[in-house]
Amino acid sequence: MADRISRHDVAHVAWLARLELGDEELARFTTQLADVLDHAADVEALNLDGVPATSHPYPVGNVLRDDVPEPSLNRAEVLAQAPETEAGQFRVPPVRGEAP
Amino acid sequence: MSDGPGSGADIVWEAGSPGLGAPAGTEWETVIGLEVHAELLTRTKLFSASLNSFGGEPNSHIDPVCLGLPGTLPVLNRHAVELAMRVGLALGAEVRPSIFARKNYYYPDMPKNYQISQYDRPINVGGSLELPSGKVVGIVRAHLEEDTGKSTHVGGAGRIDDAAWSLVDYNRAGVPLLEIVSHPDLRSAAEAREYVTELRATLLAVGASDGKMEEGSLRVDANVSVRPLGSAEFGTRCEVKNVNSLRSLGRALEYEARRQIELLSSGERVAQETRHWNEDTGRTSPLRSKEEATDYRYFPEPDLVPLVPDPAWIEQVRSELPLLPRQRRHRLAAATGRPPARLALVVERGQDELALEATEAGADPEAVLKHLEQNLADGTGRLTAAGLAGLITMEQSGELTSNQVKEVLAEMVTSGESPATVARRAGFEAVGAGELAGVVDRIIAEHPAEWQRLCAGDDRERKKMQGFFTGQVMRATKGQANGRDVAALLADRAGA
Amino acid sequence: MTAGPAEAIAAAVRAGERSAASAVQESLAAIAAGGELGAFNAVTAEAALARAEAIDSAVAAGEDPGPLAGVPVALKDNICTRGTPTTCSSRILEGWEPPYDATVVDLLNAAGAVVVGKTNMDEFAMGSSTENSAFGPTRNPHDPGRVPGGSSGGSAAAVAGGLTPLALASDTGGSIRQPAALCGIVGMKPTYGRVSRYGLVAFASSLDQIGPMARTVADAALLYSVIAGHDPRDSTSIPEPVGDLNGPLDGDVDGLRVGVVSELCGEGIDGDVLARLEAAAGALASAGAEVGEVSVPAAVFGLSAYFLIAPAEASSNLARYDGVRYGLRVPAPGATDMNVATRTAGFGDEVKRRIMLGTFALSAGYYDAYYGKALKVRTLVVRDFAAAYERFDVLLAPTSPTVAFRFGERTANPLAMYLSDVCTVASNLAGHPAISVPFGSGADGLPVGVQVMAPALGEDVMFRAAAALERLLPETQPATAGARSAGAVTKETAP
Ligand SMILES: [Mg+2]
Ligand SMILES: [Zn+2]
Repeated sequence: MADRISRHDVAHVAWLARLELGDEELARFTTQLADVLDHAADVEALNLDGVPATSHPYPVGNVLRDDVPEPSLNRAEVLAQAPETEAGQFRVPPVRGEAP
Repeated sequence: MSDGPGSGADIVWEAGSPGLGAPAGTEWETVIGLEVHAELLTRTKLFSASLNSFGGEPNSHIDPVCLGLPGTLPVLNRHAVELAMRVGLALGAEVRPSIFARKNYYYPDMPKNYQISQYDRPINVGGSLELPSGKVVGIVRAHLEEDTGKSTHVGGAGRIDDAAWSLVDYNRAGVPLLEIVSHPDLRSAAEAREYVTELRATLLAVGASDGKMEEGSLRVDANVSVRPLGSAEFGTRCEVKNVNSLRSLGRALEYEARRQIELLSSGERVAQETRHWNEDTGRTSPLRSKEEATDYRYFPEPDLVPLVPDPAWIEQVRSELPLLPRQRRHRLAAATGRPPARLALVVERGQDELALEATEAGADPEAVLKHLEQNLADGTGRLTAAGLAGLITMEQSGELTSNQVKEVLAEMVTSGESPATVARRAGFEAVGAGELAGVVDRIIAEHPAEWQRLCAGDDRERKKMQGFFTGQVMRATKGQANGRDVAALLADRAGA
Repeated sequence: MTAGPAEAIAAAVRAGERSAASAVQESLAAIAAGGELGAFNAVTAEAALARAEAIDSAVAAGEDPGPLAGVPVALKDNICTRGTPTTCSSRILEGWEPPYDATVVDLLNAAGAVVVGKTNMDEFAMGSSTENSAFGPTRNPHDPGRVPGGSSGGSAAAVAGGLTPLALASDTGGSIRQPAALCGIVGMKPTYGRVSRYGLVAFASSLDQIGPMARTVADAALLYSVIAGHDPRDSTSIPEPVGDLNGPLDGDVDGLRVGVVSELCGEGIDGDVLARLEAAAGALASAGAEVGEVSVPAAVFGLSAYFLIAPAEASSNLARYDGVRYGLRVPAPGATDMNVATRTAGFGDEVKRRIMLGTFALSAGYYDAYYGKALKVRTLVVRDFAAAYERFDVLLAPTSPTVAFRFGERTANPLAMYLSDVCTVASNLAGHPAISVPFGSGADGLPVGVQVMAPALGEDVMFRAAAALERLLPETQPATAGARSAGAVTKETAP
């Protein structure tokens, strides 16, 4: 099925993922993603009514840590890895708008 | 941040515009639901061991996990969970098995570009908050999530949309938050303020938060809509953000409701959007619209496991809860026979214990409350319940005048001594009944003309002369006579 | 049982019969000589030699440096090492030096192992050929014109090429086992949660596991026993203690119930690979095992579920590479533009494809049809394997549907590449342990691996069956038939 994912869908998804695609890439990725989704169509035939979801292969629960502090990372060591810093902070180009 | 299912907004509020074509003179009702984010008072962050500490040098309370460094994994803080449970139990919520989810969106102060939050299975579900007025506001949910870092926008007069660049400090990243979502049960700015005040008092009581709105440890977002009074449907809502004090909350809500009413009254629609409150201009304005609609792509956080508090743990936490403000108001109401709304101030000041003990010691409840409300606004210091009760007895038996009572009370607050001790040292020997009668009779004899006017005059004249004689008696007794006793003696002599 | 080179080194170093320094120097020389394999992204020679000397001093002082004393170990370049670049073979992380060590690195150090460098991989472990590395491909030591498999191709080539006796790698859908099979070595994926993921750069969190690569089953078990165990820094870590593995390895397979998974032995699996699987099943049967066929119906849907779940988790895990805190930044006028420019330049095509696939699977309107459904299919996979393990102690299947393929053969068609994982992904979905053991050679004399799977926490029985296969191999195929030269770089050939 060619319409499992459209060029428009791929463009939207690229935006959500903060990726930019050229026209050629958009066309190519659309075809490739559609192929994979087509392959995944075999699960559509399965009756999954009443089947619970598994997000963890091994059941563990209530994993908690005590509220005990440990020393902070060395700021200089962390900032040394940053592309740009200023006054002990990470510097970024201007942020337009607030967090959604 | 929430936009999860069950955030009051998403479930109950339907977009619509019942105001369209509203006839002139329509009366409007404001409908408000609040989302309150409270930073929890833990020592460390929600998922890692760096300090949860306000301010400080930027990026000085950081660790690999809260920075979202590649390869790091979250581990849940037990104390944060217990604080969340305390709040849930205080609100009468059901503490349920819960899971964490990832809320995906990009923002530089969010290290992983997803927030670990709770979505379709939050820890606390349902509950309510009773306000002092007696109004009960429904709670949808109270869930755990992590805070973001802090961005400072530099240049362009600090305004976000004109900044030249931004600086990011991750000290706050990963601080535990409890997001408490109310039903849209509030009907005015004043009610919204009352709700936040009561919620804050509850959070403080259980030790979950320091509740400082100005410092951002308590943050309020408001969903506001208006509808014609009597309408059963909800209007289109706007979410108002950046409200940093109780006062701003009131102003922002009043502004926003007025704005919506004006739109609807003039036949326009309210657009469903998020609006930013500007403290300086006193207005709300829409946030810059994004290129595409937000899609948070929530899914279960695979790095965390389910949280399933067993009944024993829940009961343990419940047993450690202190009395809540609501319970304290009701307890005092039962003891004093006064309505809970009247008692909010005394409870808020933490003077209800004293009031309760003084009342139990036999003091007149009204006198106790009156002194606490009017004379003890700055605190009760070393004043004891027995002392207060004793003082009220002396006041009511006429041993002390009201001026003397105030002086004695002030002294008791600082010294903690008994009223008798303070009064004696101050020389406030009350004039005995026999002695007072003698003084009154002497003064009547000294002022026959005035006495005649008191006895024969009309109401106005009689009142005036009563004042004259009372003043004379007070002067003669250096203010130590009880006003009520003087009035009674004058009435007796006048044959009234 | 076949003694492994790691066992031999550790025993000699602990006994003071050879120095750790000489073992490390030998490894470093082999790495230098094997440069054309492209196995390493970084070699930490100086630090490794300093550490080897420290180990030798400890031995001289009468201390025991631990079970891996002086053994050189290569780390896949997605395992964090403090102060040493950890790149995931991606431009976006090029040069990034983590400020912390992964838990497995701490455990290796505590066991006396010596990390000699970081190995090449498919970018962010996404791939089955190591062709998706931003720093160039790794070559298969058995044929430099062919891929080593992936994503852990660098670690596999390092071990198969004799550059290091041991390597650590990660397995999300077969990334340890498939390259192990293609390179003719042992590669093992532990039970999910058995080895800490703390410090493993995440691809798909609910599937990722770190595991050992070695030239013998015993060496793999030795490395596994060092890295396995509970870690409070990983919430998904299993609290139960790890049992002693030494005993089970020597055990025989008499009466062991072995099920050959019929769904993984059909369409799409090459005949030469199936022939070796049959030989393995036959060998086990002749050694006394009860071998039968078992149907695991959901195993065939595993790949579909895997290619929705793994990209979905990856799309979120890889959101953090945004040019703000570490790694690459491509300047742009605004923060969002900068995020987009950085990610567009920093990620390769395969990573972009999977991020977009996963974003789509999670997006509004598609979640239930794709991601939600895949999680339910995962339940079926878990159930079907549980049913199979009621009748069988271990399961047998091919590791890879083919022997090592040529460079470029599958790069144009992502789906064809994804099918490389068809036999391995089910174990990641089910969370159970699985190991690939070399079992002779197939087409062109290239290595073929056979996969042994066991129930969750069944590592002991899995290793026992794997060790038996290793012992039984010479009976099934003359050693000379498949022992193609590994080329000039090979100093010690795989047994
Ligand atoms: Mg919200
Ligand atoms: Zn929130």
